[in-house]
Amino acid sequence: MSATQHASFSPGRVGAMLLRYLYLMRSSWPRTLELLYWPVVQMVMWGFTSQFLMTNSSYLARAGGVLLAGVLLWDVMFRGQLGVSVSFLEELWSRNLGHLFVSPLRPYEWIIALLSMSLVRVVIGVVPAAVLAIPFYHYSIFTLGLPLLAFFSLLLVMGWALGLMIGALLLRHGLGAESLAWLAAFLLAPPSAVYYPVATLPHWLQYVAWALPTAHVFEGMRAVMLEGVFRLDHFLAALALDALYLAFGGVIFLVAFRSARHRGALLQMGE
Amino acid sequence: MMRGMSPVIEVRGLTKRFDATLAVAGIDFAVPEGVTAALLGGNGAGKTTTLAMLLGLLLPTAGEIRVLGEDMLRHRYRVLPRLNFSSPYVDLPHRLTVRQNLTIYGHLYGIARLGERIEALAQDLQIRSFLDTATGKLSAGQKTRVALAKALLNEPELLLLDEPTASLDPDTADWVRGYLEAYRARHGATILLASHNMGEVERLASQVMMMRQGRIVDRGSPGELIERYGRDTLEEVFLDIARSGERLAAQ
Repeated sequence: MSATQHASFSPGRVGAMLLRYLYLMRSSWPRTLELLYWPVVQMVMWGFTSQFLMTNSSYLARAGGVLLAGVLLWDVMFRGQLGVSVSFLEELWSRNLGHLFVSPLRPYEWIIALLSMSLVRVVIGVVPAAVLAIPFYHYSIFTLGLPLLAFFSLLLVMGWALGLMIGALLLRHGLGAESLAWLAAFLLAPPSAVYYPVATLPHWLQYVAWALPTAHVFEGMRAVMLEGVFRLDHFLAALALDALYLAFGGVIFLVAFRSARHRGALLQMGE
Repeated sequence: MMRGMSPVIEVRGLTKRFDATLAVAGIDFAVPEGVTAALLGGNGAGKTTTLAMLLGLLLPTAGEIRVLGEDMLRHRYRVLPRLNFSSPYVDLPHRLTVRQNLTIYGHLYGIARLGERIEALAQDLQIRSFLDTATGKLSAGQKTRVALAKALLNEPELLLLDEPTASLDPDTADWVRGYLEAYRARHGATILLASHNMGEVERLASQVMMMRQGRIVDRGSPGELIERYGRDTLEEVFLDIARSGERLAAQ
């Protein structure tokens, strides 16, 4: 028996799960195409909207890419969440949880594989759209420089946190909660102030916005694009909130997993 | 721990309650090393629930489970690499090929020289011709052999099987039973199967635990049970026990 079989953490087991999701992606080109499709369509649509508004809005005339950057970065959060949720759903659709958790795979190793696969899906989905925006609209989100890396990471982590929370709900309620996986992120879009400053929101909703890392990221993004300033206060607030949400997501996922073991759901869950 | 010193499975007071339903009602049993034992009972007798608790997929309401000398409730990760499981009710991902599925599980179990192991199993279980076919496209018999290949990847000391030949034609079912007998003999493995197929249990198991309504109502070798009830086959014993349960319930 190899030592890795007893190890409380095994990169080999994480790699095995990652391989599983990569095999799945490779097995269906329409699914891979679907990863690219929506970010590109969004980028094209908001690109034209931006071009029109730039000639009619002094706000957009100052930074024409602000809407496009919002679209692309929002997709990082959305795709990040979907990346976790869809990989999770694959296990439910294939009724595979029983086999997985009779193997030495630990739940936290599975979580790490889900998060890693989410990163892969985000890169496949968002990077081509960002690159296509350069010839289409002469706008490169990469001109944001290092702050882009910070915004990308913060939004991805929030997507992971949301994905884990949805995973917990799926473990509790089964595929009856599947629609949440596709819709939950949209609930966060208005208070995240993706396309407008937080000050635009009603006063009470601004409290909600500031409790979300996403609102800090988009406010920070606008500060870079409109004022040429990297707002450390927004960065730190988003970082702290991300840590909080990710910890919460991880904990409730593990609690839901244990509850599923009490209810026998690991054997029964599926289509 | 040295092999043979204690039972491979030891269960005491194992109980599982789902709200108002008592699925398993404080059962005790032990399975010695190297034997094939069977949990036999009708639908809802508690066989699958018992297997799920032995595997750690389901947490018991009360009781103790020791598997391969370890407390399964506290140290299941010490035990899981040494056992495996197969059930017609738990699928392998349909869109992946057989080879991909076996590769993933091989890595999960940390199998050394995995390619060679998969080739050897493919030869043994006659699955080589469809190793690169999507698992979802296989017939029931082929899927069963693939599930068995997955269950044998880590050469388990303990094999837990839920209705191993359900939905198979008699020829394939017979082949699977023969293979399991050979595996146990070759590796000195212990097998616990849950079944309501009397022929299967009579052929494979040297120790039978008859379950009804979450309880073990009788136990012994198939021959002992047949003699005790004065019947000719295990199926007749099963019907006796099931119907006495119905009579008790009616009273």
